[in-house]
Amino acid sequence: MSDAQAKPRVITLHGRKVVGGKAAAEAIVTTQTISGWGGINEREGSVIELRHELNGKSFAGKVLVFPGAKGSSGWSAYWHMLRLNGTAPAAMIFTRMTTKIALGAVVSRVPTITDLDGDVFEMIATGDFVEVDADAGVVTITKR
Amino acid sequence: MRLTDHEQEMLAGGHGEAVARAMDLLVRYGEALGAERLVETRNVAGAFNASTPSVREIAEDSLDRVYSELNLDSDDTIEIPHVAVPTCQLITGIDNDNFAKQGVDPDLADLQLRSERYLGKRGINLMCTCTPYQVGNVPVMGEHCAWMESSAVIYANSVLGARTNVEGKESTGAAALTGRIPYWGLHRPENRFARHLIHVETEIDDMSEWGVLGYFTGFAVEEEIPAFEGLADQPSLVKLKHFGAAAASSGGVELYHMPGITPEAASLDAAFGPNAKPSPIVYGAVERKRTWERLQNASDRKLDFVMLGCPHNSIEQMALIAELLDGKRIHADTELWVHTPRAIRQVADRSGYSEIIEAAGGVVMSDTCPSISRKVPPGTRVIATDSAKQAHYLPAIAKVQGWFGSVEQCVNSAVAGEWLGVVQ
Repeated sequence: MSDAQAKPRVITLHGRKVVGGKAAAEAIVTTQTISGWGGINEREGSVIELRHELNGKSFAGKVLVFPGAKGSSGWSAYWHMLRLNGTAPAAMIFTRMTTKIALGAVVSRVPTITDLDGDVFEMIATGDFVEVDADAGVVTITKR
Repeated sequence: MRLTDHEQEMLAGGHGEAVARAMDLLVRYGEALGAERLVETRNVAGAFNASTPSVREIAEDSLDRVYSELNLDSDDTIEIPHVAVPTCQLITGIDNDNFAKQGVDPDLADLQLRSERYLGKRGINLMCTCTPYQVGNVPVMGEHCAWMESSAVIYANSVLGARTNVEGKESTGAAALTGRIPYWGLHRPENRFARHLIHVETEIDDMSEWGVLGYFTGFAVEEEIPAFEGLADQPSLVKLKHFGAAAASSGGVELYHMPGITPEAASLDAAFGPNAKPSPIVYGAVERKRTWERLQNASDRKLDFVMLGCPHNSIEQMALIAELLDGKRIHADTELWVHTPRAIRQVADRSGYSEIIEAAGGVVMSDTCPSISRKVPPGTRVIATDSAKQAHYLPAIAKVQGWFGSVEQCVNSAVAGEWLGVVQ
C-alpha cells in the first residue's frame, strides 16, 4: 500500500551503552515505568501490576522499550532472577537513568542502551523487529 | 571511572577475591550509571538473608554461593570475608517465631536461621526491619550511605538529610565488602534540589491522610524531587514514614523537601536552589478524594485479613493499636497481623501492648511483612491495611482484593469482620 511505502521501513538510532552485547528480537513497548518487586512475575517474565498497560504481558526474549524502573529497591534482584530463570528480555532500551535500572541491567547482563538520539516511543512500536548493538551504541528498527 | 590507588588495589585482588569481585560489580554499575568515581560509605543497609523459596536451591550449594551470586553477581563461588564497614540486614521473608502462622515451610525457616548465623559471623547486624532508622541506624545529615528499601531511603534522604540512592542487593553486597558506592545521583549536592512544587490546600492530619498525600505525590512527580507548601500540621516520624513509603510506591520519589519540617531546605528558595520554581501542582479536596478512591482495590466488604505495620510500626503505633483493641475481640472469620521491628516488639511486650493485641486475637509479627513473604492467611480473598504502600502492592502480589483506611477503620473492621471504611 502507498501508506506503507511512504514511511521508512528501517530506522537507525544512536545512544550510550549501559551493558554491552548484541541481540535482536521483536519489540514490546510501554511508555509506563515498570516495578520489579510487586510489578513483575520473575518466573514468567511478565508484568503483574494491576493498572499497568502491559499487565499480563510477557517481555521474556523480547526487546523491552520503556522509560525505566520504579518502585521498590528489589528491582535489580528481580531482574537478576529473570536471568537465572531464563525469562529476561533479549535487550533493553530505556530513557530515564536511575540506580534501579542501571543495576538491574548490569546484573541481568542483557544488552542495554539509553540516551538515544530520537524518540523511541514514536519510532518503535510493539511487534517491530529491533536489533540492539550495545557495544557500538546502535539500535536498528525494522518496522512491521 | 576514575579509581583511587586503594580502589585499584581492591579491584586487582590485593584485598582478596571477594573484594575484587565487589569492586568489579561497582565498576560495571558505576559505568552503567555514567558515574565518574566512587564515594566512601560507612553505612550499608541491604538484603542478605536467604529466606525465599527461589534462594533455597542456591543455598543448597552453600551460603557463600548465595552471597556470591545474589549479592555480588559473581558466577564463581567466593569465600565471603567479614564486612569492611557497618552493615545491617533489612526486612526478611520469615518471622523466626511466627513462621508456622505465616504458612512458611519449617525447612525454609531453618535455612533463614542458618543464614543469620553465617551473616552475623561476618558482621552483618540482623535488624531485620524495613525501618533501620527506628532501631539504631540513624544516619546524620550529609552522611553518605548505601541503602536499599525505598521507604527507608526516602526517609534517610528527606527527614535525616543523609545521602543515598536506592541501592539493590548486589550494590549493597559490594558496598559492605569495600566501603564504596558510585558517586552519582543523590550523593551529589547539585542533584538534591526540587523540580516540582506541590501546593497543599487541604488539611493533612491523620497518618492515613499523610499516606494519601504521599501516594498522590508519587503519581504527580514520578521519580523527581518535590517541595511542599501549605502544610499546616507538624508531622511526626510515623506520618513521614507513611508519607515517604507511599510516594516511593506510586512513583520513585527518593527525596522531598518540606521547608520548616525537613532539614536540608529551610525555605522554598533553598529547596529549589538554581532550578526555576515551577507552577504548583495543587492537592486539594478533589485530588485528595480521587487518591483515596484510587487506593481502594476491592468491592467485597466481608473481610478475611487486616494487615497493619507497613513500614514496620513504631512503639507509638503499637500503643495505639492496643488501645483500640483493649477489651475487644477480632471477628472469628478475620485475621489481624501487626508488624513491628523485633527491638520494638520487646518494648511492646514489656509495656503489655502485645498481650492486649494477642488477647483480642491478633498476631504481632516481626522480621517480615506479607508483601515481602508473599504469605497471607490461607483462603484470604479480601484484605484491609492502613498502609498506602501495602495497599498498592499486596493485591497484585497475593491476588486479593484490598481496602485502604485509617488505623481506626482497620481495627474496627477487624472486630466487625467487614470493611466499615467510607471514603469521605
